Amino acid sequence: MQAPVQYPARWKRPPQIFTDPLWRRILFVGAAVYLVLALSTVDPNWARIAEGWQRGLRFIGGFLQPDFTSRWRDISNGLIESLTMTLTSTVVGVLISVPIGIGAARNVAPPAVYYICRGIIAASRALQEVIVAIFFVAMFGFGPFAGFLTLAFGTIGFLAKLLAEDIEDIDESQAEAIRATGASWAQMINYAIQPQVMPRLIGLSLYRLDINFRESAVIGIVGAGGIGATLNTAIDRYEYDSAGAILLIIILLVMAAEYSSSYLRKFLQ
Amino acid sequence: MLEISHLTKTYKTGDKALSDVSFTVPQGQVLGLIGPSGAGKSTLIRCINRLVEPTAGSITLSGEPITGLGAADLRRMRRRIGMIFQEYALVERLTVMENVLSGRLGYVGFWTSLTRRFGPDDVRRAYRLLDRVGLMDHADKRADALSGGQRQRVGIARALAQEPELLLVDEPTASLDPKTSRQIMRLLTEICAEAGLPAIVNIHDVPLAQQFVARIIGLRAGRVVFDGTPDQLTHEALTAIYGAEDWEAMRKGNEEDHEAERDAALRMAAIV
Repeated sequence: MQAPVQYPARWKRPPQIFTDPLWRRILFVGAAVYLVLALSTVDPNWARIAEGWQRGLRFIGGFLQPDFTSRWRDISNGLIESLTMTLTSTVVGVLISVPIGIGAARNVAPPAVYYICRGIIAASRALQEVIVAIFFVAMFGFGPFAGFLTLAFGTIGFLAKLLAEDIEDIDESQAEAIRATGASWAQMINYAIQPQVMPRLIGLSLYRLDINFRESAVIGIVGAGGIGATLNTAIDRYEYDSAGAILLIIILLVMAAEYSSSYLRKFLQ
Repeated sequence: MLEISHLTKTYKTGDKALSDVSFTVPQGQVLGLIGPSGAGKSTLIRCINRLVEPTAGSITLSGEPITGLGAADLRRMRRRIGMIFQEYALVERLTVMENVLSGRLGYVGFWTSLTRRFGPDDVRRAYRLLDRVGLMDHADKRADALSGGQRQRVGIARALAQEPELLLVDEPTASLDPKTSRQIMRLLTEICAEAGLPAIVNIHDVPLAQQFVARIIGLRAGRVVFDGTPDQLTHEALTAIYGAEDWEAMRKGNEEDHEAERDAALRMAAIV
């Protein structure tokens, strides 16, 4: 007779990354010490905060009593400018990102093209919109044209990168099957890749459209036109009620974009 | 006629998938390629249309070399070789018709294929093939709306749309139930017989292979260890290919399948 085996009743998930308990302890203690040291270097100016609190309250007060009427002409001009900038820059940005995205997908592009396209994406992603906007404003003067260029440039980095990643994730067997029919590279892209990535490309473009609208409010502050410029003027004049109205309009438009794009994406699947 | 001589494939990782494989497939012969997983069956049929680049050896189709072709010539060669895949490999979001017409991509220009304006002969042929595989009513459905057996039929129609001189078939039944598997194998062998089309069928299911193909080649660790008719596939031969196993049990399972199939055939007859 063999004695019945006693199986353990407890099980703990073994540590996956740092398997050595000593190193784990050192890491935890190190992180805690760093946090304390880092916090101690933050030196808040309490007097200034108390003063700013007042201004913050005034801002919120304006927000609660938004004034749409007295600056309506400026607001509507800014809005139209922003929406124009948003739409044109998204369309142009998408058109440019598609070839760059295909070129940046390792599984369909030769290595030389791959590195060039990844370089373009990295350049676009490294430069924050505000910095690009300052550059374009300096080059082309104040106004929506600089904003349009900025947003189109930002769209390339965002969309081309995500498109490339989506292409790298496709079901390879579909592409293999199309290649086996004797299809050319362009036909393979059109028949095997495009159907697989199209819904996501459309979804991403819609998402980028609403990012571009939000960005248009930010880059307006550095002179690239649109609703951001109007908002900046309102804040500079301490017209917090008008500023509140502008912010509310931005929120509503972003919400509208959010709902309509998620509906559209579901419809497209 | 397909001639393979001294075909060798060594992967970058150093794995030797095929070593010194030579055989000839005459016109109209359906050849079953069997062997354990990792024996090099998939690699072998992918070397023939060079989806996998062979390391050494030569392959010729009707006397014309396949190995050593440049990109443009390779595309022209590929359109003469139809391929059918294990998981169907249909483009899921395209319609059934587009999938069948994609078999013509090697023959038409980019603009024609982009605008989907295939010529009348291509469209007529596509409809005829859909009718032949019994999917006439499904032409405008999206491929992902079909069942497994139906998808594989579309895969067959796509390969035939190329008007190939050779069919490469990679595990056509691996994702299908036994009854559908038999239907697909029967369809394949019928079509090959109708057109005098040679085919290499890579297949896991030995009894199924024995039932439908005229000749069997057994691969083990990248070498041909058996080449003969299904009747010659004895226990010893199977052991040489797969290693020791209880082959009688497998035969019995096969008889059960046969009964299931007879039953299905009777029911089908009753419906028709």
